[in-house]
Amino acid sequence: MKTAMKSISRAVPLAAIAAIGFSLFSGMPAKAAEGEVAPIDLQWSFEGVFGTYDRDALRRGYKVYKEVCAVCHSMQFVHFRNLGEPGGPEFSEGQVKALAAEITVEDGPDANGDMFERPGEGKDPFPSPYPNPEAAAASLGAAPPDLSLLAKSRAGGVDYLYSVLVGYEEAPEDFELTTGYYNKYFPGHMIAMPPPLSDGQVDYEDGTPNTVEQMSRDVSHFMMWAAEPKLEQRHRMGFQVLIYLVLLSGILYFAMRKVWADQH
Amino acid sequence: MSGESTYTPANGFTRWLDARLPILRLVNDSFVDYPTPKNLNYWWTFGAILSLCLAVQIVTGIVLAMHYVPTTELAFASVEHIMRDVNYGWLIRYVHANGASMFFIAVYIHMFRGLYYGSYKAPREVLWILGVLIYLLMMATAFFGYVLPWGQMSFWGATVITNLFGAIPVVGEALRTWLWGGFSVGDPTLNRFFSLHYLFPFLIAGVVVLHVWALHVTGQGNPAGIEVKDPKKDTVPFTPYATIKDGFGMVLFLILFAYFVFYNPNGLGEPDNYEIANPLKTPAHIVPEWYLLPFYAILRAVPDKLGGVILMFGAIAILFVLPWLDTSKVRSARFRPLYKQFFWIFVAVCLGLGYCGGQTPDKILIHVGDGGFDVTDLSRILTIYYFAHFIVLLPVLGLVEKPKPLPASIADSVLPGTRQDQATS
Amino acid sequence: MAEIHADEPTRRDFLYVATGSLAAVGVASAVWPLIDQMNPDASVLALASIEVDISNIPVGQETTFKWRGKPVFVRHRSEEEIAAAESVDVASLPDPQTDDERVRTGPDGELERQWLVVIGICTHLGCVPLSYKGEYDGYFCPCHGSVYDTSGRIRKGPAPLNLEVPPYEFVSDTKIKIG
Repeated sequence: MKTAMKSISRAVPLAAIAAIGFSLFSGMPAKAAEGEVAPIDLQWSFEGVFGTYDRDALRRGYKVYKEVCAVCHSMQFVHFRNLGEPGGPEFSEGQVKALAAEITVEDGPDANGDMFERPGEGKDPFPSPYPNPEAAAASLGAAPPDLSLLAKSRAGGVDYLYSVLVGYEEAPEDFELTTGYYNKYFPGHMIAMPPPLSDGQVDYEDGTPNTVEQMSRDVSHFMMWAAEPKLEQRHRMGFQVLIYLVLLSGILYFAMRKVWADQH
Repeated sequence: MSGESTYTPANGFTRWLDARLPILRLVNDSFVDYPTPKNLNYWWTFGAILSLCLAVQIVTGIVLAMHYVPTTELAFASVEHIMRDVNYGWLIRYVHANGASMFFIAVYIHMFRGLYYGSYKAPREVLWILGVLIYLLMMATAFFGYVLPWGQMSFWGATVITNLFGAIPVVGEALRTWLWGGFSVGDPTLNRFFSLHYLFPFLIAGVVVLHVWALHVTGQGNPAGIEVKDPKKDTVPFTPYATIKDGFGMVLFLILFAYFVFYNPNGLGEPDNYEIANPLKTPAHIVPEWYLLPFYAILRAVPDKLGGVILMFGAIAILFVLPWLDTSKVRSARFRPLYKQFFWIFVAVCLGLGYCGGQTPDKILIHVGDGGFDVTDLSRILTIYYFAHFIVLLPVLGLVEKPKPLPASIADSVLPGTRQDQATS
Repeated sequence: MAEIHADEPTRRDFLYVATGSLAAVGVASAVWPLIDQMNPDASVLALASIEVDISNIPVGQETTFKWRGKPVFVRHRSEEEIAAAESVDVASLPDPQTDDERVRTGPDGELERQWLVVIGICTHLGCVPLSYKGEYDGYFCPCHGSVYDTSGRIRKGPAPLNLEVPPYEFVSDTKIKIG
């Protein structure tokens, strides 16, 4: 047993070094690029072991998305039914139905072979403003990215989304702005998207001040949920699994000591 | 060590079965009564941990294949369908994706353990070679699997790796087109990669059987690097001694695994892969998954395309002949004071290569005037050292090193006061 | 110590039993997600109920809708069909059910006897029966000759049960929600 004890005390730091080693590699490339400003580091309710989404922030964020972002951006992997699922904005069944019915969906063919229009239902994805990226590019100059996974597909994640939304400013004098707008946090600083938000743009029913900062925060929160809708389930299950594994490792350790007791 | 079978059927049925298919005898002799050196430390639990990794990957992979669609049109969407709609789909996919990284962590520890304790030396050369073969198959499997979600990194990773084959003289161009089934990475490529990604784990499982078979012919090595002399004094039965220790190691490993799955599921991946593949736009930084970074660094260190490819594959191929490059008769680094130092330098070199693989090649590390010492320079030095370790250091060390005295037996080596290696490791 | 071997009767004391049970619980819990993933997923469940407009089905005719991948027959029954269905001696049926048990109430609380809604799957081996065929002008299954009446009840042939009435309700006079 002594050998076991000794080798475990040596194994732990080495494993830790290995762990740090590889997380270093994986973390580095994202931050290595030059000419990029590190995004603003905000506190979010969904961070940490017990992190959950803020329902009110998600609902406000949905409103910002619907009234501002959705004019140009699609969010094709999110469906209206998701708005009522646990771990999300958790709108009631009636609210989800009403929100879905705000859009018109082409369906069909019917018995006569014709396409017809019907109000949206829970099963429908969020509407795409353009039929395809080419049409969006033709109309806007550049195809706006789909928002479903943006919080996961951009280095810096949700902090980066927030930073870009609040990062519009006057270009410095020595900066040559050849196209689009100057944004402090966008890689290369030249962004095609015009500043999307202005103070007071979206009416908040719950009385939250509708400043650019607040709206940016809420819509980033919403986009994080859109990208990772199972986060709350994941955090909850993860805690249970870790508790279980720690208990099991403890009891296994004592059982192992008992098994090996006659050898040392 | 394979010795006589100690199995005695307990009842009429097992006696009947034993005369027809001695499978219980095989299990008993391999995993129950199998004599195990009593001085094995926790580094020896990684074999069992790797079996667990393979099982987890196969089970979760079969499940994911029930929902995944291998067409360029639907692959990305079907992965999102798994993540959002399928019951526990997010869990199964995150286990599978992080499981690949965990598999490589375990295999690297397992391999470095083999290097440290000289596990590749006679009579275990075939055992080692089979292990390297498993490692190669793992890399191929991981590469195929990484293409399947059809994100930006999937597409461009596949493009870069398949283009390596274009470097081969004469047949390169034809070979590349053949791999693609077209003139770029596309639908046929994705479909065949899916097929191969499903096949290869079973090839791995087959070679693992051979690996374990070879292990049970020669017997396990051990930290002292000496053979079992008196099985009664030097060994313990595999069950329960090794099984419970392996089980404990597995659970500790699962804690690390669970941390990544539940609290940092995308920490080991690239954000770009959550963007759907776009053949018209390359991401700013193409990097392979972390476990391939050292080889990527070697590839980029060579200014010539074909040379880079040869050296990259050579870095793995050299492992096959390792048993004949090391001239020392002493196995364990515990008793090889010089080799032990060089082993740790070698570990640092591999980590350094991994670091270089993840950086942009022109990143300046030490500024000198206008230019300086950049990542490419560092990877060149490290690449040279990597090969020198095998070709120069190992043959020479065995000749010039004066090993410490070996313990008389395994039983002696576990008694207090005879351990030689506590100071440095 | 060498004489101690695993095959010596081990003390199956509390510690070992507890360790084994705890490990077994973990394995069992890990298996559940692997099983549950084969159950209908959220996107399938979202399609589990449909609303259909029945206002343009004339009396004496039937329309087929697809629900959960299966045909649902919505039949606008004539007075004669209703009368035929109600005049049967229930006790003589293989699967006794009154016609009233097979129709649903409308928004006004009255039984909507003119509407028969059944799943168009023969209860024998799953073929789709033909409408307005067979001895009772109800349904006739071409596979093995099961005959159903105008209430979708089994009257002759190998099928053991009446055609299944899916869960449905009247949302309005002209709309039903199936599922």
